[in-house]
Amino acid sequence: MASIRIPTPLRVYTGDEAKVSVSGGTVGEALNDLVNQYPDLQQHLFQNDKLRSFVNVFIDDEDIRFMDGTDTEIDDDANLRIIPSIAGGR
Amino acid sequence: MKIELSKALQQDIFKQMEGTFPNEGGGFLLGSKSGDTVSIVDVIQIENTFETEEQYHRYAMSPKNWADMEDTADDRGLTLVGYYHSHPDSPAIPSEYDRVHALPNFVYIISSVMSGKAVEMLVWLLRDDRSAFDAQELVVQP
Repeated sequence: MASIRIPTPLRVYTGDEAKVSVSGGTVGEALNDLVNQYPDLQQHLFQNDKLRSFVNVFIDDEDIRFMDGTDTEIDDDANLRIIPSIAGGR
Repeated sequence: MKIELSKALQQDIFKQMEGTFPNEGGGFLLGSKSGDTVSIVDVIQIENTFETEEQYHRYAMSPKNWADMEDTADDRGLTLVGYYHSHPDSPAIPSEYDRVHALPNFVYIISSVMSGKAVEMLVWLLRDDRSAFDAQELVVQP
C-alpha cells in the first residue's frame, strides 16, 4: 500500500501515527482513504472538497501541483507527504 | 496550555523581528510537549518567502522549509511545536489571514514590533473547529 506522512500538528488526529497506509490509484483516492480512516483530518485538509491552499502534497520530492494534482496516479508503494505552507500576516 | 520559553530565546525572537522590520519575519519553534505544557528549546529563523512588496504585512515559508525542519526535529529528538512571526506596527493578535492559514495543535507566537521595537509577545492556539484562536499562557523563564 502507499503511505502518507502526516505533519506533526495533525498527528493528534491519527492516533499519533506519523505515517498512515492508504489505498487508491491516485493522490485523490489516497487522500480520501486517509480521511475515511481519520475523519477529523477532513476540515484541516479540505475546504469545499478541495485541498486547502496551504496544504501541499508531495510524492517523494515532487509537488503534485506540478504533476496532475489530485488526479496524479500513484504506485502501490508510493510515499506521499502532506506539508503545510506556513503563512501569516497582520 | 502553558508555553515555556527562556528569556534568552524570547530576546532572540525579538531581535530577529526587529531586524526584519518594517517587514514581517518569522521562524519555527522546536521543543517538546508534555501534558498541557509545551517547552520551547530552540527557535529557527526562516526567511520570508512572500513577494517582497507584500512582506510588510505578510509572512510565508516554503513547503521545503517545513519538510526540512520536521526532519531536523526528528533527528534532534525534538518536536516541531509551532512557529513565530511578527506584526509590524500592529498588535500581537492573530488576523483573519493568520486563522485561515493556521493549523491546530501548533503554537503560534506573534510579536508586535512598533516603530522598529519589539514591544509585546502573545501566544495563541487555533481551536479544533478552526473558528478562532485562543490566547495561551506564556511563561518566560530566566
